[in-house]
Amino acid sequence: MMIAQMQAILELRNVVKDFPSHRAVDDISLTLEAGRFYSLLGASGCGKTTTLRLIAGFEKPTSGEILLNGTRVNDVPPYRRNVSTVFQSYALFPHLTVEKNIAFGLEQRGERSFSGKVEQAIEMVRLSGKSKRLPAELSGGEKQRVALARSLVLEPSILLLDEPLAALDLKLRREMRAELKAMQQRTGITFLFVTHDQEEALAMSDEIAIMHRGKIEQTGPPREVYRKPATRFVAGFLGAMNWIGDAGVRPEALRIARNGSEYRSTARVEQSLFLGNAVHVLLKLESGESATAELTGAEADFRTGELVHVNWSSADEMRFPR
Amino acid sequence: MKQLRFWMLAPARVWMALFFAAPLLIVVAYSLLTRGDYGGVEQPTTLENFTRLFDPLYGAILLRSLVIAIVATAFCLLLGFPMALFISRSGRRKNLYLQLVTLPFWTSFLVRTYAWLFLLRDTGLINTLLIKAGIVSSPLPLLYNNGAVLLGLVYGYLPFMVLPLYATIERMEPALLEAAADLGARPFAALRRVTLPLALPGMFAGSVLVFIPCMGAYLTPDLLGGGKTVMAGNLIQNQFTTARDWPFGSAVSLMLMAINMLLLLPMMRRSEDVL
Amino acid sequence: MKRGLSLYAAVAFAFLYVPLFVLVVFSFNQSRFTIWTGFSLDWYRAVFANTEMAEATWNSVVIAVTSSALSAVIGTLAAYGIWKRRSPLLTGSLYLSLVTPEIVTGISLLAFFQLVFRVVHLTLGLYTVVLAHVAFSIAYVAIVVTARLRTLDPSLEEAAMDLGATPWRAFWRVTLPALAPGIIAAALLALIVSFDDYVITSLVAGVDSETLPMVIYAIARRGANPTINAVSTLIVVGFGALIIISERVRQR
Repeated sequence: MMIAQMQAILELRNVVKDFPSHRAVDDISLTLEAGRFYSLLGASGCGKTTTLRLIAGFEKPTSGEILLNGTRVNDVPPYRRNVSTVFQSYALFPHLTVEKNIAFGLEQRGERSFSGKVEQAIEMVRLSGKSKRLPAELSGGEKQRVALARSLVLEPSILLLDEPLAALDLKLRREMRAELKAMQQRTGITFLFVTHDQEEALAMSDEIAIMHRGKIEQTGPPREVYRKPATRFVAGFLGAMNWIGDAGVRPEALRIARNGSEYRSTARVEQSLFLGNAVHVLLKLESGESATAELTGAEADFRTGELVHVNWSSADEMRFPR
Repeated sequence: MKQLRFWMLAPARVWMALFFAAPLLIVVAYSLLTRGDYGGVEQPTTLENFTRLFDPLYGAILLRSLVIAIVATAFCLLLGFPMALFISRSGRRKNLYLQLVTLPFWTSFLVRTYAWLFLLRDTGLINTLLIKAGIVSSPLPLLYNNGAVLLGLVYGYLPFMVLPLYATIERMEPALLEAAADLGARPFAALRRVTLPLALPGMFAGSVLVFIPCMGAYLTPDLLGGGKTVMAGNLIQNQFTTARDWPFGSAVSLMLMAINMLLLLPMMRRSEDVL
Repeated sequence: MKRGLSLYAAVAFAFLYVPLFVLVVFSFNQSRFTIWTGFSLDWYRAVFANTEMAEATWNSVVIAVTSSALSAVIGTLAAYGIWKRRSPLLTGSLYLSLVTPEIVTGISLLAFFQLVFRVVHLTLGLYTVVLAHVAFSIAYVAIVVTARLRTLDPSLEEAAMDLGATPWRAFWRVTLPALAPGIIAAALLALIVSFDDYVITSLVAGVDSETLPMVIYAIARRGANPTINAVSTLIVVGFGALIIISERVRQR
């Protein structure tokens, strides 16, 4: 524990942020260790963007402390923090070329000969040959890579990413996930990735913090938060969840058979949705509750109106205090 | 960051305080004082300058200013609306026509007022042509009357009406007119029941932009109106120069501003964000 | 209806342009009367030979350039400051200055200067005109620049600060370049308004600081004179050119 704290690159201690209309961040505490990929996950309005802005320095906490590398930075303006942000809109300077955009931060530091660093950064994001282009001439994905390069070239303590993949289409998004993860591992810089897409968070992170209404509901590695959600909210937010009685059961944990020997409930098939790699079967249980089962493989061919047997193992049940 | 903002606003604040607010406050102060023998201002504070405004002589001037300003605004509305409509329907040439409408405005106001002087005089172009064509035997008194002033004002400020009207009409969804037609409205009816009502904010905005300078007009009534004190602006100038009655001139000025603000406040609210 | 509108538009545009056109045409008329007797450049020669006019034009240029430059700077800074966080007092005074009739602004400044001169022992001159022109131009510039600011992405400045730029440097290197076309257009507007101003200028100009509009006005008052036609044509051409340039710059 002591060693982990010495390595803590960012610490939020009981941070509160109030706006005139509401409390955006409600007493959160967070510790990030160096060199790992973190995600801040939550629905819109949960306070994750505000938290990011507090770390970057665009907002000041109402109370609580923010420590970077052990130093209190509450009153330090953004241009003096060794933290860099990739904005959701990329915020590339429209009147500067790719090269000049990337060089901007280095110039502000007063560095003289940085063309080598800039070239390296351009290569790292695979934009060689486009260094003299203007942002207006780039595609969405290319703009995002320039934004990344611009921030990474400064070798910040933490790289903050504010839903950077939101504007990209699905295929590109999936490609970028792998690239971002690889980049983080290669550079060793701590990434803090803010998103509302739980699939993204699960796929990329070493650790996830789930936020809801200004509070952190749970932090932990992806497998842990998925399999052992700490609260009802987390259980319902990550992946899909069936609430049967007062237990939660994941769709992939439900088994359906036409004539099962053991079963927990009968059910009528309401709909069967073919999704390519899986089938979702919407069921109406005998208790009147609805549930969805996720089935993979050839077994899945149930028709609307069929009566089936539904089973699951007690180990797959999740219960939470009301 | 707060410091930066403070220094950035400082020059404007100082300038406006010194060269706008302070002078206006002096005018307010003067309006309550008395005229000095040699044209300055003197002690006894009085409300006489304001009661003088109701004197038939001066009241008439203020009333005339109001009427001329209102009529000029009305004409600008009547003449400007079809123009705005035309421009918004001219497809690719929209920008060209827009520039053509505003270009005259950007040339000198003095020059454009003088142009009417040149046209309307007894020996001006219009009279010369009329006499030559035998339509009249002696020149028509086209100049030095309220009509000429009205003409000069409408000519000068028409673009101020066309631009906001155009902006409002442009913002209308084209689908609205299509829907109206689909529901059986003929072009004129659609104009009356869809375009016109939706253009209302633009009309208010344009009226504000035309009324203010018309109400406070000086050059136009001076050059085209003959006489010394056609409108309030001329009266004020007169009081501050030849008549040397600064307190009274100040009172007229404040009255002018009061009329402006009274009529404008409700209008500005109704012009939404066109302004 | 389209044909009716087109016809109307043609007449309306004619109404707007014929007076100017007539003015220009008759500046080339040999005779001083409105009967065309022949083509001549005499009146233009008279304009260029008129030393009073030449001096007045120079004064107008100096005043216009100085006041437009000053109001461009002050107005831009004001618009930016207000954009960052509202200042109702300043915004209110700027709007008020737009609503105040020119004649009132003019006499108020006259009264102000007379009062100040009792203490400071100066007189009216070119500089008082500049001070006055800047006062009413700031509002124009602020409006144009504010409109332009609203089209900017606010995260650009944040990005600059995030990368290490101080707030001033962020403004200077990121926001200002984006505002440049708008500022130039506003400055040109202020330039033309200042050059053309008669009312306020005539009240606060010193004895030796006549401007071109003042000279034109004096001549016009005495009756029509084709010299004015010539000067007017030159002004129209000059302003027209400036406006077309301004539009080109603004399109960027």
